Amino acid sequence: MRTLEQTTQEVLDLAATHFQLPAGSLAPGDDFFKKLGIDSLQTLEMLSRLENHFGIELPDYEVQGVSDFQTLAERIQSRL
Amino acid sequence: MLDLSKYQSIGEALKDALDQFANEVCLIEADREREKERLTYREFKARAHPLTQALQHAGFTAGDCASIIMTNQSKWLISAYAIFFSGGTLVPLDYKLTPEEQWQLLRHSGASVLITEYPIWRQLSTSAARTAATKLQTVLVTEAPPNADLAGARRWEEFRGEGEPLFVPRERRDTACIVYSSGTGGRPKGCMMTHENYLEQCVALTSIYPFWPGVRYLSILPTNHAIDFMVGFFGPFTCGAAVVHLRTLRPEFVREAFPKYKITYVSLVPLVLKNLQKGLQARFDALPPGKRKVFNALVAINKAVTKGRPRPGISRRLLKQVHEAFGGELRTIIVGGAFTEPQTLQFFYDLGIPVANGYGLTEAGTAITVNDLRPFRADTVGKPLPGMEVRILNPAPDGVGEVAVRSKTVMSRYLNEPELTAETIVDGWLMTGDLGRFDATGHLKLSGRKKNMIVTEEGKNIYPEDIETVFESLPVKEFCVFAANYIWPKRSMVGEQLVLVLHLEQGQQLTDPLRQDVNTRNNRLLNYKRIHGIVLMDEDFPRTASLKIKRNALAERVAYRDNATAILPL
Repeated sequence: MRTLEQTTQEVLDLAATHFQLPAGSLAPGDDFFKKLGIDSLQTLEMLSRLENHFGIELPDYEVQGVSDFQTLAERIQSRL
Repeated sequence: MLDLSKYQSIGEALKDALDQFANEVCLIEADREREKERLTYREFKARAHPLTQALQHAGFTAGDCASIIMTNQSKWLISAYAIFFSGGTLVPLDYKLTPEEQWQLLRHSGASVLITEYPIWRQLSTSAARTAATKLQTVLVTEAPPNADLAGARRWEEFRGEGEPLFVPRERRDTACIVYSSGTGGRPKGCMMTHENYLEQCVALTSIYPFWPGVRYLSILPTNHAIDFMVGFFGPFTCGAAVVHLRTLRPEFVREAFPKYKITYVSLVPLVLKNLQKGLQARFDALPPGKRKVFNALVAINKAVTKGRPRPGISRRLLKQVHEAFGGELRTIIVGGAFTEPQTLQFFYDLGIPVANGYGLTEAGTAITVNDLRPFRADTVGKPLPGMEVRILNPAPDGVGEVAVRSKTVMSRYLNEPELTAETIVDGWLMTGDLGRFDATGHLKLSGRKKNMIVTEEGKNIYPEDIETVFESLPVKEFCVFAANYIWPKRSMVGEQLVLVLHLEQGQQLTDPLRQDVNTRNNRLLNYKRIHGIVLMDEDFPRTASLKIKRNALAERVAYRDNATAILPL
């Protein structure tokens, strides 16, 4: 079972890889819309990658209004 | 289709629809690749009546207000039916609003019942904005986990009454819905929509875009939005058609839904339509040269044969693969909520997929004009719907003036805002605040909003939305043109300028080639219509649930910047 810290780190690594950013360039508190410069449609694509990685399903309502990696990781953690 | 002229209310029409089309499928709900539910009209009734009965037992009666805050799903429509059957007034709220905004509107509307989803209720019930000042007596929450703290709410699934509920009749002039228009800043504007508004709008719209048993409408726009409420609920239900809901709006599942459910109609906002265009264009560009040549030739033939009107049968045969990707049954994409670039409309029409663009606003009862496709005109928002009187007030020499509308579909008033109502509805005419003109063939061309405009020193009125088309497909993430005075107001009527607000792609810079691109496009405009500077924003533009740019909110964000330094030279 992953810890929340591990989940958060994996979310950050995966987002960095997906958007071709240097590893370690993202922080848990970052607003991913601003930091990654992505729109809502691209966010949905990122979520699909995260779901495949963690082997879970994130309903749309779980990520409604979420804009930072930390909260996103918490929502993922609650479904692991 | 039911003869809606015989009906007094939405509830009465829906009640008969459930009996008349009892064996037809009315709802399909899917979550990802799984179909969760498929209901006939008879089964819909069996679900709705126990809820209706329980609502009535709880004291809900004629004229009471009930709010729904939910994502698109079967329970939305079942709940709305129960409210209308009981003679209630529906207050559909945007699920993407913040809890603070939702509480504000719940209080403002005076709703005594709230029907919502557990995750939304979780946020609402713990919000600091939760207030005892609302009239809420009953809160129903769907899909709450077994041990969830319901914070005073009751489970929707268990809220059931025995026996047949009593149908409560309403008159045409009674309020059916209180609909809050998109803007969320400032004081709430609750449009009081009557039963007549919806009955008349439905007749007008279905005369151009008909529904019938077997038609499947894919409901993606939020149902609280006037368009989806009409074409994703009331319209199809009074014609015995089916509505398809997706609980997950990930692009991959939306794409799959078209062929899987053989979708006939879908409504989209321009942003999504443009995204679809980008995806298709990329696939066309990737074709090997030989195939590309054949494809282009087929598109050219399709363009020729559909010049006067759509010919779906021919288009589907000519461009089989494209149409099969959309399920092979798609008749029309309905687009609304914001200005759609003519280039995008033309792109789809040339593929044999007509896009029904139009123009409307909540206050007018959804749509005022619709492109009737006979012939297709990408450069206009179509002709007025049957029953709509549309006038251009105080037209300038070029014919542009404020659009005013008189129709049985126009709202009765704004809730608790007599002065605002008097300013908005003058002698029975709704002042839209939008500017436009009719061309020689009676098609309406919009020029922008009344306030976000400039007047040049030569006395020319320039509307930002009018010139935005020249920047379409600019390689940036988002853009929007503003009158600089609209962002940074100044007490002067001279020296007004337009600025282009750009949100660049991640890592993108305002390079010389990009600046040159902007300049080249700008120079295509008449000199007095040109923008005078660029403002860079490093965040997503605020948008409504229907993905419309919130221009006011964006202008407010830009206004935080000092205009002396924020406006970069071209």
